[in-house]
Amino acid sequence: MSFPLLTATAVLPALGAIATAAVPAAKRTAAKWLALVVSLATLALAVTVLVRFDPDGDRYQLTESHAWIADFGVRYELGVDGIAVALIALTALLIPFIILAGWHDADPLETGSKRWRPTQGFFALILAVEAMVIISFEATDVFLFYIFFEAMLIPMYFLIGGFGDRAHEHGEETAATQRSYAAVKFLLYNLVGGLIMLAAVIGLYVVAGNFSLTEIAEARANGTLDMATSTERWLFLGFFFAFAVKAPLWPLHTWLPNAMGEATAPVAVLITAVVDKVGTFAMLRFCLQLFPEASKWATPAILVLALISIIYGALLAVGQRDIKRLVAYASISHFGFIIMGIFAMTSQGQSGATLYMVNHGISTAALMLVAGFLISRRGSRLIADYGGVQKVAPVLAGTFLIGGLATLSLPGLAPFVSEFLVLVGTFARYPAIGIIATFGIVLAALYVLVLYQRTMTGPVKAEVSSMPDLRVRELVVVAPLIVLLIFLGVYPKPLTDIVDPAVKQTMSDVQKKDPQPEVEAAK
Amino acid sequence: MENLIALLVAAPLLGAAVLLCGGRRLDAVGHWIGTALAALSFVFGVILFADMLGKDPEHRTLMQHLFSWIPVEGFQADVAFQLDQLSMTFVLLITGVGSLIHVYSIGYMEHDERRRRFFGYLNLFLAAMLLLVLADNYLLLYVGWEGVGLASYLLIGFWQHKPSAATAAKKAFLVNRVGDMGLSIAIMLMFTTFGTFAFGPVLEATGDTSEGKLTAIGLMLLLAACGKSAQVPLQSWLGDAMEGPTPVSALIHAATMVTAGVYLIVRSADIFNAAPDAQLVVTVVGAVTLLFGAIVGCAKDDIKKALAGSTMSQIGYMVLAAGLGPIGYAFAIMHLVTHGFFKAGLFLGAGSVMHGMNDEVDMRKYGGLRKYMPVTFVTFGLGYLAIIGFPGLSGFFSKDKIIEAAFAKGGTEGWILGGCALLGAAITAFYMTRVMLMTFFGEKRWQPDEHGHEPHPHESPKVMTIPMIVLAFGSVFAGAFFGIGERFVKWLEPVTGFEHGHPPISALTVTLSTVAVMVLGVGLAYVQYGRRPVPVVAPRGSLLTRAARRDLLQDDFNHVVLVRGGEHLTRSLVYVDHTLVDGVVNGTAATMGGLSGRLRRLQNGFARSYAVSMFGGAAVLIAATLLMRAV
Amino acid sequence: MNPVNYLYLAALLFTIGATGVLIRRNAIVVFMCVELMLNACNLAFVAFSRMHGNLDGQIIAFFTMVVAAAEVVVGLAIIVSVFRARHSASVDDASLMKL
Repeated sequence: MSFPLLTATAVLPALGAIATAAVPAAKRTAAKWLALVVSLATLALAVTVLVRFDPDGDRYQLTESHAWIADFGVRYELGVDGIAVALIALTALLIPFIILAGWHDADPLETGSKRWRPTQGFFALILAVEAMVIISFEATDVFLFYIFFEAMLIPMYFLIGGFGDRAHEHGEETAATQRSYAAVKFLLYNLVGGLIMLAAVIGLYVVAGNFSLTEIAEARANGTLDMATSTERWLFLGFFFAFAVKAPLWPLHTWLPNAMGEATAPVAVLITAVVDKVGTFAMLRFCLQLFPEASKWATPAILVLALISIIYGALLAVGQRDIKRLVAYASISHFGFIIMGIFAMTSQGQSGATLYMVNHGISTAALMLVAGFLISRRGSRLIADYGGVQKVAPVLAGTFLIGGLATLSLPGLAPFVSEFLVLVGTFARYPAIGIIATFGIVLAALYVLVLYQRTMTGPVKAEVSSMPDLRVRELVVVAPLIVLLIFLGVYPKPLTDIVDPAVKQTMSDVQKKDPQPEVEAAK
Repeated sequence: MENLIALLVAAPLLGAAVLLCGGRRLDAVGHWIGTALAALSFVFGVILFADMLGKDPEHRTLMQHLFSWIPVEGFQADVAFQLDQLSMTFVLLITGVGSLIHVYSIGYMEHDERRRRFFGYLNLFLAAMLLLVLADNYLLLYVGWEGVGLASYLLIGFWQHKPSAATAAKKAFLVNRVGDMGLSIAIMLMFTTFGTFAFGPVLEATGDTSEGKLTAIGLMLLLAACGKSAQVPLQSWLGDAMEGPTPVSALIHAATMVTAGVYLIVRSADIFNAAPDAQLVVTVVGAVTLLFGAIVGCAKDDIKKALAGSTMSQIGYMVLAAGLGPIGYAFAIMHLVTHGFFKAGLFLGAGSVMHGMNDEVDMRKYGGLRKYMPVTFVTFGLGYLAIIGFPGLSGFFSKDKIIEAAFAKGGTEGWILGGCALLGAAITAFYMTRVMLMTFFGEKRWQPDEHGHEPHPHESPKVMTIPMIVLAFGSVFAGAFFGIGERFVKWLEPVTGFEHGHPPISALTVTLSTVAVMVLGVGLAYVQYGRRPVPVVAPRGSLLTRAARRDLLQDDFNHVVLVRGGEHLTRSLVYVDHTLVDGVVNGTAATMGGLSGRLRRLQNGFARSYAVSMFGGAAVLIAATLLMRAV
Repeated sequence: MNPVNYLYLAALLFTIGATGVLIRRNAIVVFMCVELMLNACNLAFVAFSRMHGNLDGQIIAFFTMVVAAAEVVVGLAIIVSVFRARHSASVDDASLMKL
């Protein structure tokens, strides 16, 4: 038997989490370094997966399969296609930056208590989330996926509720109240989605007799497994609801601004750039493969919701006074694009959506982490408390601007490629929706530039006049992300080469063909 | 030879990267690096030009395929360049004028502590602009298109500490984004219609599709052109863009970037040729803007804003010509090039004046400067003569041809368009004479500022005047060089095609009337500003003057409808999101909480009541079992 | 004798026990009534065993006795400690274990 690479990629951060949690209270710094080293080692494993993956090979590669709960047909089945590989790489890539950016976020305020070990907990929880997210991307057994899809709520709950920004405009007590409100809201919202999905998972078992994605999808494709139309639709809705909460899709989005606003910036990045991607990924992998007919049936409604997300998220981002909530609403707008690309059912749309997941992860990380550095300097999340930062901290302002430009999809940076693909893919099948979605790019420019103008330009405010520029640690976090944004914007071919075959497979699952260009169709 | 094309873009891009990432160490030499790389790009351009001249006119196009950019199933975008006569013209204009303005900026920005960064942005602009004109497909053009938008944003807002500059930069980017929306919809339409968006295949296949599709694509391209070239209705950003340093106004907002819209239309000639409705709209936009800009230019007291109005108006001429089809394309580009010379020269002159006048921009506080700044006066004067179309100078040759072509459009349209163009020529002569008289003639009107410093007007250093002299040469001779013997038209003909227009009146009549209206405009301006002293405080003026000062109220409309309306919309949406969408969620949670609060009361803590419910439950179960059995 | 009569007796004992649990406040008495109910069940089990002619009922009766003995140990200990803490053996007084 070959080395179980996929298992190793998920187990390594899990073990790292346990080890980090076990570091004695006095050795905080050691815990940080341990977490960082583990995350880098995971990155190395993820890169190995990337290298070992052959884009032109089988659909699922590096597969592992073991009996687990034989009575219910639950198996421990792992396997990755191009889309999963790309997202695993993204996750493994972002975690070291998240850890490094949050280096001081969980330092205890008073060093008296021996049993008080927030630092160890913080980093252990981040690694735990990483492990669960990675295994969710790898699982090809519906039940296995479900378990980790739900289980990642637990560490996320503690990360949101337990660690917040140091200073808060309304004092520590209000901050704690708001934090716990955000954490509970996050948990309950996602739990409701998850429970509805559980019902659908059980329903799927009743209908199909096992949980294996590959087996069910194959049986669906060659007609041996017949589902009544209404059954398929109900099961689809059950799955989709959970993913739409996690993604999040309008109108199920309201937990995100709270969670991202109250959590520290690195945790906010973890939510939006990593954990939420499981939702959109699962739409591609489970909804489309298991319920192709129902997916097509629901497409018009989902596209309209996605369109609303795009415009509504962007408009609300314009109206925000809080930097982090602004980024959260911008993310809602971007998730609208991703979901639109998935359900446009064209090669360009789905490739674009997959690239979008990766690129949005990187661009949001860049913007949000720099915003976090900014917030930690001034101790306020309110846009109005800043002004003229560009003058005192030019590097910080410059990186912030690049993150912002990536968010508004400036050509030359990675998000442009994916956003344009999504738009073109949607336009090819649904021109009206494509055109309305294009308004999103104007609104994106509006919220990014207004944010930049209010915080960075103008006369220097007294409170920011002594603000230090980016430190070395912070530069180490931001610079690689920016390099990656530029690289993937200029040369996204390595990524598209991996993703493209997987998208072709998905397109054949739903039995959709790209619309022909008019000129060729006429010939 | 093809490989030089990439270097053309790479040189300034390298400059931008080095200067922006280099940090303070490069402060001392940054401006030299930037200028050297711009000049290097110009040298590459000249080499390519010489090579091109040596070839047969029909086979001058060079293609360079660098790499596959976005290869996705059914969708192919490449990073590939195409250098033909049209691109070559732009390359020489961009790198030539660009290098001169780099040199000028060395002097102009000498006392700015962020000069290195300024040169980095200028290099970034050059790279993006070259990418725009060298791309061989619309998507890569789009990259350059937004790239110049970014450079423009950075440079308009270069003095970010001034809120007005930051606002102007944001406004420019946003208005341009509206235009960009048009470009991206046009590309999407091309993709669904032709399956590609490379120039060659798209332009060859225009015959295979319906006119309606082509009209839609054409109108979307026009929207893009309106944004970038400050044409009505997306013109409002250009006046505010004058917040940027003056070399920026000269390079980006006069000579090169704002003409990108004209490039786009001329480049897409085959699409417009097959869509007469779109062409008509293009000409209308051009005609309206040329009058709009001219009227605004008459009322501004800020020298740069007056020139900005003039830029708008001149680009209106180019767009008008581009909308006329093959009879106008070559003239549009010719006017674009001559305009590049004289308008850049005028802006540099204005910058030189401001440099000597403590950055004062109000022309009412100038006056009689010809004695203090002789070089600036002469170069500015030559630019002035060129723009009003003084016979023999550049503007005369290029503008006259456009007016002629407008008449040649034929029918009522031809008369209206030609009339507008003639009227525009008269107003141009009026407002430019006004600028000239208020700045260089009459009595000195400057006063000490609030700190008691009286400006001491002086001539600018050589590093600034030499570029002005070079551009003045261009303003004088370029038109004759291009126009005599139709040299320019023959050069561009393989790319844009050319037809001789046949105006309903003779060409000589058009020329004579152009000269006549010009003399009329100059005369009127002399009566108003030359014979009478200019008041230091602007008089109230007529209703039209007041409206023109406010950009014909277009900005006020934007403010009330878009800005205010948008604010109300976002605010109410924030409210809706909080109370309605989140309200439903929190309401569900609260209902659940209330319900469980009720149920909780059953748990009263008394053991015996629990026992009662147990016995009751057991009794019910037994009864149910018995009942089931009985049934 | 007809074994059914034992069942009547068991039902009677069970009812007495249940009534005692419901109406008495003293924890000890309640406890004794619970024991009475358990033993009523035992009686019924043994009677059934006799009626059906197998040993299952008797085995369960032994089980019940063992469980009852264990319960007495734990239950009495709780009652004694509650009495020590609160000087009362009333079951109504111990009503704090609620939300």
